[in-house]
Amino acid sequence: MLIDITRLAMIGLVRLLVGAHPRWVGAAPSVAQSIYFTNHTSHLDTLALWVALPAAIRAKTRPVAAKDYWGRGKIKRFIALKVLNAVLIDREVSRHSDPLAPLLAALAAGDSLILFPEGTRKAQAEPSDFKGGLYHLAEAFPHVKLIPVYLDTLHRCMPKGSYLPVPLICTVRFGATLTWQADEHKKAFLTRARAAILSLI
Amino acid sequence: MLTHFANTLEALDPTHKFYGLIGAVAALLLIASIVGWVLKRQLLTKNNPSEKSLKLINNLISRVNAWWVMVAILVIAFLAGKLGTIILFGFISYFALREFMTLTPTRAGDHRTLSLAFFLLIPLHYYLIYTNWYGLFSVLIPVYAFLLMPSISVLAQDTEHFLERAAKIQWGVMISIYCISHAPALLLLPITHFEGQNTLLLFYFLLIVQLSDVLQYVFGNLFGKTKVAPVVSPNKTLEGLIGGGLSTILVGTGLWWITPFTPLQSAGMATVIVAMGFLGGLVMSAIKRSLGAKDWGNMIEGHGGMLDRMDSVSFAAPVFFHLVRYYFTP
Repeated sequence: MLIDITRLAMIGLVRLLVGAHPRWVGAAPSVAQSIYFTNHTSHLDTLALWVALPAAIRAKTRPVAAKDYWGRGKIKRFIALKVLNAVLIDREVSRHSDPLAPLLAALAAGDSLILFPEGTRKAQAEPSDFKGGLYHLAEAFPHVKLIPVYLDTLHRCMPKGSYLPVPLICTVRFGATLTWQADEHKKAFLTRARAAILSLI
Repeated sequence: MLTHFANTLEALDPTHKFYGLIGAVAALLLIASIVGWVLKRQLLTKNNPSEKSLKLINNLISRVNAWWVMVAILVIAFLAGKLGTIILFGFISYFALREFMTLTPTRAGDHRTLSLAFFLLIPLHYYLIYTNWYGLFSVLIPVYAFLLMPSISVLAQDTEHFLERAAKIQWGVMISIYCISHAPALLLLPITHFEGQNTLLLFYFLLIVQLSDVLQYVFGNLFGKTKVAPVVSPNKTLEGLIGGGLSTILVGTGLWWITPFTPLQSAGMATVIVAMGFLGGLVMSAIKRSLGAKDWGNMIEGHGGMLDRMDSVSFAAPVFFHLVRYYFTP
């Protein structure tokens, strides 16, 4: 009950602040298991993409969020774990555990994911270079659809160090599914994935 | 006979006038909905309906549907009283400013200024209308915000395009907050022999502005040949302006009984509203194009964004407000 009310309030608040209107440029929305990978510019990114998804897809899709931000504080933990059903990952690479383990587990369970391949926020229009995570996930689950997504304008809504977002209209553009080629090298794949997002700008 | 009828209309209870108006608007929309439905049926029974006509009819239908929603929201706000109306216009200003600033290239140095414009200036400015504080309402944005907004931006020490950025934020705030708010500000005017009926005057104003837009669009589509300003706004035609404008002025004249005006004064006021609304549409269209966009947004199905619907209001409201204030208040 409380979770449902919070979820509705979050959706309403995000729409009121940044619009988060979806544009399906490359393909129609589908409930098939997918990894939505997108550029990362602000704390609002996760919420904007999550709100832009149709409700049926949203229910099956789990955002990937950094433990050091979303895991801190009672309210943020509640929103991340209960409202968004997020997968929290440890960004501090340790020798004992594979940071991708929780993501592989979620994909094995049949969930879809929202992923930021850059790994960190940069308040700029174009995404910086991708880290290897997306490649390893795609390699382990080649049947999962890879959907490039571009979030525009959000880098202007909440630059680093600002407390209040400025309400500007963000459009969420979903591109065509990225095909998985088994013989492709990691670097070439990541360049192609980034280019898929750039083509949506 | 006619005088008797006119006197009867004028003597009606304000509440009855209000419900009569809503009924008339609903009847007009019902006719528009039926026309749209019939046209679409006719088109679909043809062997090969042209893509262009189908697009036009679908746009017409979604425009009419959006009008139903907008009128419903407006009526609910009016029934909720002065506070409801002011909250509604506060949100209209918020969405208009959001559209304006999305298309305007601001920099990180403007962040705090913009936050304050959205979250402090809008509530404060509308609060002043609610408390009838006319003096501060009229100078808060043109004086205080005008000076303080660039002062806040300058502290970020970013001089790149400083004048352009400051000027664009000023324009956004002036149009979206200050100008649009002069429509609900009609509620704070103490009009002679019109106590407690200001909502009717706001209704009259909005009806004339929007009717002028609609009728110019209709006349333009039916008889339009000569483009008035093809570079700025390809849809505006001379035939649309003359036909739509004159018929709106006629309707405005016939509505004198819901206003503090005589029929002749009402014709004059409607003329001013039509002219200013037309100019507002042109200017806002030019701004939109100079910012590289076709529509301000996509909030309202078939219409574009909030500013596409409020561009005429933003130009007509301040002028109408001051004419009423100068000639009809003590």
